[in-house]
Amino acid sequence: MSTETLLKTPLHALHIELGARMVPFAGYDMPVQYPLGVMKEHLHTRDQAGLFDVSHMGQIRLTGANAAKALETLVPVDIIDLPVGMQRYAMFTNEQGGILDDLMVANLGNDELFLVVNAACKDQDLAHLRARIGDQCSIEPLFEERALLALQGPAAVKVLARLAPEVTKMTFMQFTSLRLLGVDCYVSRSGYTGEDGFEISVPAAHAESLARSLLAETEVQAIGLGARDSLRLEAGLCLYGHDMNTDTTPIEASLLWAISKARRADGARAGGFPGADRIFTQQQAGVSRKRVGLLTQERTPVREGAEIVDEHGTVVGSVCSGGFGPSLGGPLAMAYLDSAFTALDTEVSALVRGKKVPLRVSKMPFVPQRYYRG
Amino acid sequence: MSELRFTEDHEWLRAEADGSVTVGITAFAQNALGDVVFVQLPELQAYEKGAEASTVESVKAASGVYMPLDGEVLEVNAELEGRPELVNEDPMGEGWFFRFKPADADAVTTLLDQDAYDRLIKATAEA
Repeated sequence: MSTETLLKTPLHALHIELGARMVPFAGYDMPVQYPLGVMKEHLHTRDQAGLFDVSHMGQIRLTGANAAKALETLVPVDIIDLPVGMQRYAMFTNEQGGILDDLMVANLGNDELFLVVNAACKDQDLAHLRARIGDQCSIEPLFEERALLALQGPAAVKVLARLAPEVTKMTFMQFTSLRLLGVDCYVSRSGYTGEDGFEISVPAAHAESLARSLLAETEVQAIGLGARDSLRLEAGLCLYGHDMNTDTTPIEASLLWAISKARRADGARAGGFPGADRIFTQQQAGVSRKRVGLLTQERTPVREGAEIVDEHGTVVGSVCSGGFGPSLGGPLAMAYLDSAFTALDTEVSALVRGKKVPLRVSKMPFVPQRYYRG
Repeated sequence: MSELRFTEDHEWLRAEADGSVTVGITAFAQNALGDVVFVQLPELQAYEKGAEASTVESVKAASGVYMPLDGEVLEVNAELEGRPELVNEDPMGEGWFFRFKPADADAVTTLLDQDAYDRLIKATAEA
């Protein structure tokens, strides 16, 4: 794809001005790194605060008295009892229980839900919503009109509190409307790094002034997609299209925790989402493969697509995400493995350029999450 | 210091007094790769020109380092095993990859000289 056909976020000119290296990502021209480089950007985020442009992601508003009930028919998550001012992780499933996309759902109150979906999936998600629940609530894509910034890291709260002191009272996954620099924004205390931090939905026209204001704070550095990936990998968080897709169910993806109690087989509103039968069967009977974390004592990074073999050289899985963890100080990976090999501390090997790299099934997150739970 | 030669794959070569040739990746290459986290060094053996003798891994991706000429690897920079960041910090010096004995002692002069390499970089930057 030539750069002329790539979409630009409202912060595109700012990225160029900051010296970012731009790459095509999900149809957008996005900053993969700034002059600081992936390693230092990653470490800066864990040490102080990083500002990420995630405006390529899709923001969608659902409105109507039946919006929550309607959305529940598409996700295995409790939306009806999602409190006002809270956000919850969810996924759209297909009839086979496969994952169409993962998303965040927030309850704005006044019969309004606010969704954030993946950039690469946003058009199909919108079509899915319209086809399946378009007659039950109003569905409003905010793709062009709103930007999304993520401010992540231990200093994020201190920085954002300079613009809005009330954010110090928010806890992990809380969601609120507030004014930043005189502009109405949606702010959630959440992110994709494993750190405390915030995601800020801001009208596109005001995104650059907000970003500049945050970047002017001494603790804040602009962070590109490269470090975003290494940060989320260390935090054990899935990347759609890599760690899960339409061929993997939430059970296989080790996301049972994200299926709300109320929607499980023995729950108050059991099932009623696409693929529920298969997902419940898998939950009961087990699955043939599962997503796990892998660590190595060696220095060789093990990348996506690498085959995993057992001691006899038999292929037992493959790596879905892998690389180097700057905070961990070594390589790390996630892989889908045959269930016989998914127990903690099971030893397997990855084949990298014809050589075996020994790996051990390890718990995730690889580095401790530091969400603020109050 | 003897004259440097270059390949289109952004490796530099320096002919040493003993007839061996030292190889590394250029400043341009390390900048394009980003933070280097691992270098798989070649074996002490003969490689054909174009063979992937070594691999350099940045945070994001793995890239091959190719044998610039037919030859036998005599020595590798074992320092890179513990300090791969030397490739970023001093690509033309402490960040060297390996030293080899070319099968044809004169072949190194067939590679790009500094001017030709600078033109290649300029063309790459403008592409």
